[in-house]
Amino acid sequence: MYDSICRSEPDSVAAIPAFAPDAVDRAIVLATQAGLPLYPDPWGAVGEQVGIGGDDVLARMQAMHKAGVIRRVAAVPNHYRLGYVANGMSVWDVDDAEIDRLGRDVAGVAGVSHCYRRPRHLPHWPYNLFAMLHGKNRDEVERQAEALRIRLGSACRGYRILYSSRILKKTGLRLAGAGKS
Amino acid sequence: MTAAELDATDRTIINRLQDGLPLVERPFARVAGELGLSEGRLLYRLEQLRERGVLTRFGPMYHAERLGGGLTLAALAVPEDDFDRVVEQVNAFAEVAHNYRREHALNMWFVLATETPERIAEVINEIEAETGFAVYNMPKEEEFHVRLHLPV
Repeated sequence: MYDSICRSEPDSVAAIPAFAPDAVDRAIVLATQAGLPLYPDPWGAVGEQVGIGGDDVLARMQAMHKAGVIRRVAAVPNHYRLGYVANGMSVWDVDDAEIDRLGRDVAGVAGVSHCYRRPRHLPHWPYNLFAMLHGKNRDEVERQAEALRIRLGSACRGYRILYSSRILKKTGLRLAGAGKS
Repeated sequence: MTAAELDATDRTIINRLQDGLPLVERPFARVAGELGLSEGRLLYRLEQLRERGVLTRFGPMYHAERLGGGLTLAALAVPEDDFDRVVEQVNAFAEVAHNYRREHALNMWFVLATETPERIAEVINEIEAETGFAVYNMPKEEEFHVRLHLPV
């Protein structure tokens, strides 16, 4: 039987006070959400769009990074172009009493990019742990899943790998609050 | 195009910059120095990688919820005959950031990003009303790891 106890403790996101971006921060978010200008002084280039100096852009981005609003400023590869043609969403039915410990544990397994606890929808959807897996082929993804299965052990009552068969839309996030001024 | 068409310099750049650009003055000069390249050469290569679609983007990765917005993963079980119509209806929502077809009875999986957390429920209701199918809402309750790094 599935344990359908719904955990109601505050999640890790809600527990962290939201950063309060001012109008200038929001203008920086808007100017950079599609990408950072590839110039020797990217901060100055953003500053020109936003109407402030490059030093101020850099300081504000450092503050947003420190607050966790910016995870990092980085290259986002197209999985397929790098040869990672097998992309599977692995979903696991894990004992509620064990999931927080095990979630942190399996998040470090090679091949796992994103790893979250999400709600079940019983009876159709018993899975509460999601780990995105990326491999050069499905065999590689299956091996990654096997490594996860071993780590989860008897706390895991079942799992599936849902491969993506088509990208229907990929526009990136429209960022919250960015449109307001 | 496959990974085979990336040369050693491209690979070094991709591997290094998935980890993040330092938030310093002249950040590309700093990274170029680490990699034994000139700043101009690094910028040129990055531009090429972006134009060729090897990189989908290069820039800040924002944390939507910490900016005060709403974010969730949602799924639909869509009969094959209705699939194309429902793709069109779901994709028409600007709040739908990503949408993937997956091999399961729940065959459509999309990410909703909204300006406020409250707006998530409204958009879900609108999608249910338009498509006629129940939306399975699966917001994250805990984040264990978000770190896409694909070595090449």
